[in-house]
Amino acid sequence: MTTQATTVGRPSRARGVLHRITASFLFATGLPVILVAAWAAYSTYSANRFFPGPLTVLDAFVDTWVGPAFLEDVVPSLLRLAGGILVSIVVGVVAGTVIGLVHWLRDLTEPVLEFFRAIPPPVLIPIVMLLLGITDTMKLVVIVSGAIWPILLNTIEGVRSTDSVMIETARAFGITRAERLWFLVLPAASPRIMTGVRQALSVALILMVISEMFASSSGLGYRIAYFQRNYLIAQMWSGVLLLGLIGVFLATVFGIVERRVLRWYHGIKEVDRG
Amino acid sequence: MADRPTLLRVEHLRKVYESDIGDVEAIGDVSFTMEAGELVCIVGPSGCGKTTLLKCIAGLLRPTSGTIEIFGSVVTGPTPAMALVFQEYGRSLYPWLTVEENVALPLRHKKLERAHRDRLVYDSLEAVGLLHAARQHPWQLSGGMQQRVAIARAIAYEPEVLIMDEPFAAVDAQTRAELEDLVRELHLARKISLLFVTHDIDESVYLGERVLVLSKSPTVVLEDVVVDLPADRDQITTRSLPRFAELRTRVYGHIQRAKQGEAVTTPTSS
Repeated sequence: MTTQATTVGRPSRARGVLHRITASFLFATGLPVILVAAWAAYSTYSANRFFPGPLTVLDAFVDTWVGPAFLEDVVPSLLRLAGGILVSIVVGVVAGTVIGLVHWLRDLTEPVLEFFRAIPPPVLIPIVMLLLGITDTMKLVVIVSGAIWPILLNTIEGVRSTDSVMIETARAFGITRAERLWFLVLPAASPRIMTGVRQALSVALILMVISEMFASSSGLGYRIAYFQRNYLIAQMWSGVLLLGLIGVFLATVFGIVERRVLRWYHGIKEVDRG
Repeated sequence: MADRPTLLRVEHLRKVYESDIGDVEAIGDVSFTMEAGELVCIVGPSGCGKTTLLKCIAGLLRPTSGTIEIFGSVVTGPTPAMALVFQEYGRSLYPWLTVEENVALPLRHKKLERAHRDRLVYDSLEAVGLLHAARQHPWQLSGGMQQRVAIARAIAYEPEVLIMDEPFAAVDAQTRAELEDLVRELHLARKISLLFVTHDIDESVYLGERVLVLSKSPTVVLEDVVVDLPADRDQITTRSLPRFAELRTRVYGHIQRAKQGEAVTTPTSS
């Protein structure tokens, strides 16, 4: 009886894994399928021409974005987005670390930072346009002007709240400044920094689109605004669909990076829970 | 004993915390010496400034007055001659580093050769019985094992004196007994000089060769008790020796008097 149990144990476990994978796949795709079905049903019975059906939009998607338009509009947008995110992370983390470590600098800058953070970046677009012209730099500046704040403020807070015993340990063992930064301050702040980056990603995507809608001759935002003005409704929706997909892609990449960087952090939380 | 050189000399140490509400005198006047190879325990009632005293000795806090010398040179800041084991092991080990990375981190600035560094890490992990956990993270280990990592980190640093601040206050009784024996073993086998702070009277007598009894704050040394128990100690036989009970009672009596406020009168007489 026991030997039998062990021999059937393995395939049943494999079946269990398969079962779990199927279940999680169904859960992940279930809602999108229902939404698309509802959308299809609505568009079939409704005469509203602003809501074409999924198949029409899919057709438009392939026609509009697959081909040269991908290079002309999607790639420039993605480059601006990537550039904006990268600059925001580098500047945000470096400035945040400096401000977080230097006491008087923090007291000096904090009220000003709160002020700048409160300004909605789109209102700056006309001004930045005047200063920098209708260029990629202008779009980069607009993206950074919004995406940098969550990273900067979270980094300051993360650096500031480094555990006092950990700092004392570093001092007692004569760990040098550079080592302390790399092995203590930045890792200790990394959960907060990652929270900031996560928020910055969605802000950056929004600002990329808006900056392209204002003044541009290429890019996703430009293209979508163009379709809207010319009543190309299916094409417009296909652009919205593409933006959503880019958002999902960003979140996925972020999730993979986050799991690697914060493996210890999630590990501790799991230990605490179990 | 007389042939052993003086390792640590603390002279008229005084520490006053200044604050807006008023000054707090944490340490009144502490003087003692410690020879190389000794294991000295410091006990005192809770809140008597033990941690403040240790931080001053380790160079983490600047004393208000008085001097600390290690092998004759004055301590003005953290020195490679001392290594610390903190009470809060969970906050003193870095959770993003593995066990061996934690042990190796303080060795980086010592500019040792790679092979030498690796050997120090290996030796110290072996000494605390944690070789098998070298590649794990501290949070994957039990509290007692985490404190072993902290001890390994301290001995890999090769200090002249190992300073431990109530290291076993946060672990359960059985783990505590094991860790006490580990400390005795490291002291005997590796001739490590140890300054061990605890609030546990039994522990101080079981571990120490000398026990310094502190008064309550502002702290002075009330008594310097020599523990004349055999060097080979174990949890059962040593603790049931009549001499152990005598010493224990003696230290206990001093602590009781310290609690009742004898400290208020002693600084003026010393």
